[in-house]
Amino acid sequence: MVLEELHEIAKIENERQGQFEHTINICVAAGCLSCGSQELLDSFKREIEKRGLEKWCNAKGVGCLGLCTAGPLISVEPSGVIYKAVTVADIPEIIDSLSGEPLKRLACPSEMSFFKRQQKIVLENFGRLDPERIEEYIARGGYEALFNALRDMTPSSVIDSIVKSGLRGRGGGGYPTGLKWTTVMKASGTQKYVICNADEGDPGAFMDRSVLESDPHRVLEGMAIAGYAVGADKAFIYVRAEYPLAIKRLKKAIAQAEQLGVLGRGIFNTTFNFEIKIRLGAGAFVCGEETALIASIEGSRGNPRPRPPYPAEHGLWGCPTLINNVETFANVPAIIRNGSSWFSSFGTEKSKGTKVFALAGRINNTGLIEVAMGTTLRDIVFDIGGGIPEGSKFKAVQTGGPSGGCITEEHLDIPVDYDSLTKLGSIMGSGGMIVMDNTSCMVDVAKFFVDFCMTESCGKCVPCRDGSAQMYHLLNKITKGQGRMEDIHMLERLCDLVKNTSLCGLGMTMPNPVMSTMHYFRDEYLAHVHDKTCPAGVCNMKRGGH
Amino acid sequence: MMTQEETQPKRQEDRRLRIVDRTMRMHGNEPHALIETLHAIQESYGFIDLDMMRYVSERLGVPLSKVYGVATFYHFFTLKPQGEHTCVICTGTACYIGGAKAILDEIGRQYKISPGETTKDNKLSLLTARCLGACGLAPAVVYDGTVAGKQTPESVNKTLGRWFKNGS
Repeated sequence: MVLEELHEIAKIENERQGQFEHTINICVAAGCLSCGSQELLDSFKREIEKRGLEKWCNAKGVGCLGLCTAGPLISVEPSGVIYKAVTVADIPEIIDSLSGEPLKRLACPSEMSFFKRQQKIVLENFGRLDPERIEEYIARGGYEALFNALRDMTPSSVIDSIVKSGLRGRGGGGYPTGLKWTTVMKASGTQKYVICNADEGDPGAFMDRSVLESDPHRVLEGMAIAGYAVGADKAFIYVRAEYPLAIKRLKKAIAQAEQLGVLGRGIFNTTFNFEIKIRLGAGAFVCGEETALIASIEGSRGNPRPRPPYPAEHGLWGCPTLINNVETFANVPAIIRNGSSWFSSFGTEKSKGTKVFALAGRINNTGLIEVAMGTTLRDIVFDIGGGIPEGSKFKAVQTGGPSGGCITEEHLDIPVDYDSLTKLGSIMGSGGMIVMDNTSCMVDVAKFFVDFCMTESCGKCVPCRDGSAQMYHLLNKITKGQGRMEDIHMLERLCDLVKNTSLCGLGMTMPNPVMSTMHYFRDEYLAHVHDKTCPAGVCNMKRGGH
Repeated sequence: MMTQEETQPKRQEDRRLRIVDRTMRMHGNEPHALIETLHAIQESYGFIDLDMMRYVSERLGVPLSKVYGVATFYHFFTLKPQGEHTCVICTGTACYIGGAKAILDEIGRQYKISPGETTKDNKLSLLTARCLGACGLAPAVVYDGTVAGKQTPESVNKTLGRWFKNGS
């Protein structure tokens, strides 16, 4: 494979797509599939065939269109109209409308902030390309960044680009990606590994699932570039077994890439070999922690171990290992293609680029969005997210899942970046954002997350294993109306202890949801303890229960 | 007729075992193939029993205690056979906010089972999942492998009722 061949594939594909006057893109990511989009796609194809319009109009399955709440979604090109909640019965009318006015009944308003205000880098191909065809990825410039890196750049200049771009780990920690790559490159050892962490365990987060389902080649290309930069020829994608569709598309993508020679041995006629294998997770949240993830790939229980040594020096089977999250890798091809200064022109001073968020909970536009770092939470929730359903009142937005915290109304105007969120007692996390209204009891929310961590604690270290159980016990007492003031003090002391003495990130961050709710919603805790009432009417006590 | 009925399950057994063997072989029968192999067992048999654990332990040269440790550590693996139908309730944050608990309570009330249990007639297994990533459609429920979004206690009852009515 040489560049000309890549261009040839792109040319043929573009010609193929260009012969159609109209293209109907039907979302076939997991969300819309569960609303029946596969049947919709098949029916569109049948109707087009029935009318003999195969040369004029093309119906194809594409990745996530974002607005999951209104599925199944379709978009029509070239007009760019997006239709929501489309049923099989709407098909004839939609096809009729192709050469005329868009169908008002189903169309999303063209000025809708949800679509207009996003800044797409990772999601640039979403809703446009068929994730099961490598040709479409190549037609949009795919694998050219890998070619350029292999043919025109040294490993150090690749790393230099990543360093200069200011990219930070999108898995939650925000560690500078370029620095991590440098450490792995400099680590001694002939065998090195690249691992893509696709064990998206945070409940309420589905960014990585969407990326893998909608644009899998992007992640593979990012991993291959990373492999070249750090000197690794073997890689693993550790993906949750709960994401069967993502696994299926990844497998297909790897097979296609190997067949074309953009993965495998002697990529682009260079001496660079890169092999990617899939490893399935098995439902353990702790495996999102890098040392636990490595233990799991090695076939053991997902128990974390103390760091240092860090995986960058001593990782998989004792070899230097680069571990990055799905979204981090998905940013890499765009950085190499467009340059680091292009990337760093987005975002804030310390948080460059964009971030993908999964909006869920009590919000009108649930779904997947990508915004420049530094966008305010108010813009995300009330403009892009369309605010909260009528009749309810905004209470808090939870970021970072079980490791994060709640952000209240008064802080909605802060720009979203790693440092601002940490200052507020939450974290950026992997990108889950759950909006809560007055029907959520914050003590119960804290209990929910502690329950989660208690079940997911691997049991290796005492503070996390027993601390989570004791915290759960205290919160349970409070939500049952049996709490006393000393329980709140005990809870505070426990939070401090667990945070400071746990072995890995799971335990160290587990108190965050409790501390954050105790800080911002202390009145609710006090109401449970003093007045034995649950202001939100969630907890089953003598009053307000249901 | 009798012989056909007798050989049918056996042939099926062989096929399932072949899938497991192939998985181990693909990983060079190395100890690190353990989790992948357990996935293969669960996928072909529906659950992982002690006999299969012993088998894997010998083939991969991994102590039985470790096989058991790994199989019980990961929530995805189940050591009990499932009922005819499975209903998985997502209990991720968005589904929790969206009312997953009310759904669980309703199923508990109707069918007298808690998560992880199977009805006495072996018809329905109730399971929970720690987020399916279908948060945009919360609360989500998986009926026999098919995800359905925006569920309510009423809609769940309707679907489950159909399984019981059909007698299948």
